[in-house]
Amino acid sequence: MELTGAEISGAEIVVRSLQEEGVDCIFGYPGGAVLWIYDELFKQDKVKHILVRHEQAAAHAADGYSRASKKVGVCLVTSGPGVTNAVTGIATAYMDSLPMVSISGQVPTYAIGEDAFQECDAVGITRPCVKHNFLVKAVEDIAPTMKKAFHIARSGRPGPVLVDIPKDITAAKCVFEYPKTVSLRSYNPVTKGHPGQIKKAAQLLLEAKRPMVYSGGGVVLGNASAQLRKLVQTLGVPCTNTLMGLGAYPATDKQFLGMLGMHGTYQANMAMQHSDVLIAIGARFDDRVIGDPKHFGSVARKIIHIDIDPSSISKRVKVDVPIVGDVGDVIDDLLKALESAKEKQDAKALKAWWAQIEEWRSKDCLRYDHKAAIIKPQFVVEKLWEITKGDAFVTSDVGQHQMWAAQFYKFDQPRRWINSGGLGTMGFGLPAAMGTQLANPGATVACVTGESSIQMCLQELSTCKQYRLPIKIINLNNRYMGMVRQWQQFFHGNRYSESYMNALPDFVKLAEGYGHSGMRIEDPKDVEPALREAFARKDDLIFMDFLTDQTENVYPMVPGGKGITEMILAEEL
Amino acid sequence: MRHIISVLLENEAGALSRVAGLFSARAYNIESLTVAPTEDASLSRMTVITSGSDDVVEQITKQLNKLIEVVKVVDLSEAAHIERELMLIKVRAAGKDREEMKRMSDIFRGRIIDVTDGTYTIELTGTGAKLDAFLEALDKSVILETVRTGASGIARGERVLRA
Ligand SMILES: Cc1ncc(C[n+]2csc(CCOP(=O)(O)OP(=O)(O)O)c2C)c(N)n1
Repeated sequence: MELTGAEISGAEIVVRSLQEEGVDCIFGYPGGAVLWIYDELFKQDKVKHILVRHEQAAAHAADGYSRASKKVGVCLVTSGPGVTNAVTGIATAYMDSLPMVSISGQVPTYAIGEDAFQECDAVGITRPCVKHNFLVKAVEDIAPTMKKAFHIARSGRPGPVLVDIPKDITAAKCVFEYPKTVSLRSYNPVTKGHPGQIKKAAQLLLEAKRPMVYSGGGVVLGNASAQLRKLVQTLGVPCTNTLMGLGAYPATDKQFLGMLGMHGTYQANMAMQHSDVLIAIGARFDDRVIGDPKHFGSVARKIIHIDIDPSSISKRVKVDVPIVGDVGDVIDDLLKALESAKEKQDAKALKAWWAQIEEWRSKDCLRYDHKAAIIKPQFVVEKLWEITKGDAFVTSDVGQHQMWAAQFYKFDQPRRWINSGGLGTMGFGLPAAMGTQLANPGATVACVTGESSIQMCLQELSTCKQYRLPIKIINLNNRYMGMVRQWQQFFHGNRYSESYMNALPDFVKLAEGYGHSGMRIEDPKDVEPALREAFARKDDLIFMDFLTDQTENVYPMVPGGKGITEMILAEEL
Repeated sequence: MRHIISVLLENEAGALSRVAGLFSARAYNIESLTVAPTEDASLSRMTVITSGSDDVVEQITKQLNKLIEVVKVVDLSEAAHIERELMLIKVRAAGKDREEMKRMSDIFRGRIIDVTDGTYTIELTGTGAKLDAFLEALDKSVILETVRTGASGIARGERVLRA
């Protein structure tokens, strides 16, 4: 193709490519290798740049932005330490399959390999934690590479893509034309499910005596929540969601059994184990979900598995009916197959199954002490749910607070629960909340965190000030790395090795130091009024430091490597 | 079980390290890996010899297919196929050993491709097992140096692997 028109710089091509992709907001931090790109950002106002305070936060914020908006998140970092700082955020997005494009500066092409100042092999370092990456070697390649990067990031099983651009390439010039289409002979994700397999699945579901739907993050990422609801309701069967899948099925519906897995509900784990036909949708049977695959496989059941990624199927658990395709498309086809099938469901068996499930449910496994004199963390989350009418975006960090948020905030919509499930990255919560707020200006955004996690990306309080992000930080402060302490209590003879958080800052003063407001809440009776007051202040970031019970544990708990029905319940201790 | 997997991939910088990285990151075995461009200069053809249970090998092929630059993957071991490896071996060939070395090379259909007063360099092609057998047949003390390419494989009959 002969290109005509004025020549523009590689840096301008980067920015124009972002505009072509409809990107309105990126997260970044400047440095030598990306100065030309920053110069071009300065000259335009279509792409808003959010200046974070640490590159890890740039990646988490872009990731959070994507989770809360369905769009591709974008971050921009400089070479060397800029990109190494971003790696944690990129790996986090990779483990949870988030579409993200990270642009990193690189030393000039002629200096690559000479151990130049701020040189690092960005493509090499990120290779195992990206869906794909590119080192751009000529200015003419920037536009086609950007096009490919966005295409790869958002199609198939989504994931982060890194584009590494040497500084001299951003200064060089060529004619710009953004490709209209992209085709890669080696990359053509399947979207339509196999009709024969779908028919088989429909038959199995209709013949089932103890059917169960288990869905994961794939349903959220695939925007197939409406289809999932329809399927579960058409069949009248129980449904559980993984940590990553919460909100895909409404938590307040009676067919929902709660989250399953290591800290899943008794009824979800029991139903999972004892089902005779299990349909897994956009989920991957990972270790935190089904525990020991041998134990899980020790009872006979038929498994149907729908996933866009063939490598997720039969990886940890052998399945009977694999269906590769886009989860929404496949469920649509499955619903049609169910409609046209001659078989009828076994109503009697289904009734008995539900009776069994209600018996499990009556154990009330999430029960906790409501009369305690110290604030119970579960109570804070329950009140948070009430006061935000179940309609907030909730981000979290990693630890006990994350599990309590997942258990006690009843998400009725997808993309409202934003957490690092796969990598389990402490420090994710606050920057992810920034991305979430920027993707949804005016929405209520809460970050449920712990006093240890929040300190991992605390510097972002400054970013929140600069861009007036009115996030409500719910710090469940138990003065411990609570989840570590819990494991030490259960499995290491109460030896609390290095899990006590000493010398904590005064979070109220700290928030004030950054120009925000803080609250310290110590009495259970103050929890609700404080939350009401904070959430009424729509324009302000409020750091709510709740002093919670230091000894509280997350129940139920399946110890690592055990079967999912081998739960430790609160009442057993 | 031992498997021989053929991979057709974009002939691009970094593609090889993606494959090698995949094997090490997921703790899959590699017995050997060979790669070179094909008649279509935009494509490379790789042969990987690996071992593992059927489940593991199924995952290996799926994970290889998932790499963006991989165009096609075939497990050649699933059907009739041919496997060849090249070995160059430098052996001591002085005095009474000299005649014996020549004889051994002939038996294994090797070719002597370089000669000095005291050494032969022999070129030998065949399956990995045949090359192993040749090494076994020699007295250890005569082997000065060996270099092997790792196996390349192709399907028997009319089956072809193309982009
Ligand atoms: C970056 C990182 N380092 C270490 C861990 C291991 N880890 C998991 S939970 C946890 C404790 C978290 O403590 P806190 O944020 O106070 O939350 P709590 O469990 O007390 O609610 C740690 C250290 C991790 N998940 N991420």
